[in-house]
Amino acid sequence: MSQLLEIVDLHAHVIADEQEKQILRGVSLSIPPGEVHVVMGPNGSGKSTLSYVLAGCDAYKITSGRVMFRGQNLLAMKPEERAALGLFLAFQNPVELPGVNNAHFLRMAVNAVRRQRGQEELDAVAFLKQARKVIETLSMAPDMLKRAVNVGFSGGEKKRNEVLQMTLLEPCFAILDETDSGLDVDALRVVAEGVNRLRSAEFSALVITHHQKLLEYLVPDRVHVMANGQMILSGGIDLARQIDQEGYVHVMKGASTCLK
Amino acid sequence: MSEISNPKHIVESLGSSHYKWGFETNIEMDIAPKGLNEEIIRLISRRKEEPAWMLAWRLDALKTWQAMKEPTWAKLTYSPIDYQDLHYYAAPRRKASPKSLEEVDPELLRTYEKLGIPLREQMILAGIESADVERVEGETEGEKEGFQRSSVAVDAVFDSVSVATTFRETLQKAGVIFCPISEAVRDYPDLVRRYLGSVVPVGDNFFAALNSAVFTDGSFVYVPKGVTCPMELSTYFRINARNTGQFERTLIIVEEGASVSYLEGCTAPMRDENQLHAAVVELVALEGAFIKYSTVQNWYPGDEKGRGGIYNFVTKRGACRGARSRISWTQVETGSAVTWKYPSCLLQGEGSVGEFYSIAVTNNYQQADTGTKMIHIGRHTRSTIIAKTISAGHSESTYRGLVRILPKASGARNFTQCDSLLIGDQCGAHTVPLIESRHRTAKIEHEATTSKISEDQLFYCRQRGLSEEEAIGLIVNGFCRDVLKELPMEFAVEAQKLLQISLEGSIG
Repeated sequence: MSQLLEIVDLHAHVIADEQEKQILRGVSLSIPPGEVHVVMGPNGSGKSTLSYVLAGCDAYKITSGRVMFRGQNLLAMKPEERAALGLFLAFQNPVELPGVNNAHFLRMAVNAVRRQRGQEELDAVAFLKQARKVIETLSMAPDMLKRAVNVGFSGGEKKRNEVLQMTLLEPCFAILDETDSGLDVDALRVVAEGVNRLRSAEFSALVITHHQKLLEYLVPDRVHVMANGQMILSGGIDLARQIDQEGYVHVMKGASTCLK
Repeated sequence: MSEISNPKHIVESLGSSHYKWGFETNIEMDIAPKGLNEEIIRLISRRKEEPAWMLAWRLDALKTWQAMKEPTWAKLTYSPIDYQDLHYYAAPRRKASPKSLEEVDPELLRTYEKLGIPLREQMILAGIESADVERVEGETEGEKEGFQRSSVAVDAVFDSVSVATTFRETLQKAGVIFCPISEAVRDYPDLVRRYLGSVVPVGDNFFAALNSAVFTDGSFVYVPKGVTCPMELSTYFRINARNTGQFERTLIIVEEGASVSYLEGCTAPMRDENQLHAAVVELVALEGAFIKYSTVQNWYPGDEKGRGGIYNFVTKRGACRGARSRISWTQVETGSAVTWKYPSCLLQGEGSVGEFYSIAVTNNYQQADTGTKMIHIGRHTRSTIIAKTISAGHSESTYRGLVRILPKASGARNFTQCDSLLIGDQCGAHTVPLIESRHRTAKIEHEATTSKISEDQLFYCRQRGLSEEEAIGLIVNGFCRDVLKELPMEFAVEAQKLLQISLEGSIG
């Protein structure tokens, strides 16, 4: 089975205060179609950077390595082309777009990817019908569509809004960057269910999280531990449980022993 | 997210010119010799077949102007204007004044077609006077808008003369007069004499004096007592001839309890040299009257190096003479190399209301110094100012405002909000608000913000599939939302597109 996403020895740095800071130091990771993979790791290990680099944020410079997505060279594509190809990033901190109506934004986004995918654009009526349906399943307030994008949204509302966008954009690969952070148990469940509902043989996800809690609702196929810009351990759900009980330091010590 | 918030990738404009209205029309012109003197004024007056009082008024204005100096207080830099090196009269050559559009030069009609004057108006311009034409489908904010039927009457001013005014009969039935001002001078002398110069006096400022001496055409509107004007009125201004100034004059009088919505649009060919536009607009609202005046200003802004473009020096002022009258200015300023313009309200009547909603976009080397004056004279007068400034490229934009509460204006209120949006790091935005309150009960609020389109916002939109230009358009339109919603629906759609075009190429 060929991979949906294949990252090989990826190195990337960011330029901050005129200094190069290496963040990804040889990441390799493969995700087959239909699988949900989790990446855990201590703060500063490069998890968020990995998600931005995959989505095409040009604040990072890629120095070596390659990324194939659906058999294409992902790194050569613009962010919007990656989105059209089915890559979705649920942001850790979604930005506010003052004055931009949420429904208008969503419809523009949906039609932009539909256009690029060669699908017919949705008219306002068809779009609203679909959006309202998703909103109901996510237990979102209906007025969410009328408000400006993320402006004045609570933390939970912002995360739900990300899940709403993910559902409407119909990606084949979603990256959730700590979408569970700062959420209460109910919101956590809503987010997890939002992802579970998309799970199919054609949908994969890369879930970045700190917490074992999310994994009770969102059972992953694989768990990876990232540290210092590399994937240092991979395993099943048990690995996540072990981290939860013993902490990163202990688990990683074990890993370095294994690597020897 | 701080790691991607550094907008160093937003760089100076690459802006190749996207001005699609920059063509020139090749039609036979009747042009006065260059220069400004008594002889030229007499020639203009003769061409317009004006009565003696109008000529006297002009000559008086010329004397006033000759004694005045060009103002220098605005934050504008431009090469000196040689007022003797301009033509002050240019008209498409034709038979007497055309009674129908068949008499209009077909080249001229093609011009209007190219200008994208909406289809319904072309049909009207083609002579289908009674056609009730479908309104443009407006789609805002993802909410469904139904089709509505309405129509717009158009006055088209080409260089110095009005070439066509549509729907005049329909309007006449309602008692509304909508005609070129040159015609009003002849046909409604009492109204014109009574109100012309009553809001913007001849000697008000250098450019108003100049306009008073040489104005050639513009629109005249009169709405009688109690009448709600049955359709939108609209004037399209077009500068075509070379080395020619355009000096139009607009006068709108709305009687007791009557109301009107008026829109003007303007474009000009792309030329290397600068062209002068100095207009005067006067509005008079009597008791309980409402005037909504919207402008989509899209004069040629010059090229990406700052060559050419229109010098736009305009005096616009409305007098809320009657109690509870209301004047609302809405402007979308995307064009001109230099803009000097302050649509203002004199709030004389008790409880009268003045509003100013403005979007000013500057790109490349454009400069705009624009704002408003709200003069609170009567009791319980209210005013609202919402000004949105967007600067890109190497442009400079200034909001200049005056809110003055006079000693008798008890209970006056003002709310002002000035927001600036910067694109790139080569442009400037400035805010110069002046507040003078001479009554202790006055309540004045002023809010101001300055922001930038962040890389974060752009990346977020692009991750959702939008191109960079779509993203900028979306963010800018969101920023302008409070003003766009004040525009008549069909023009709001036009204005949104215009904003996007004006900023194309502003991000590298």
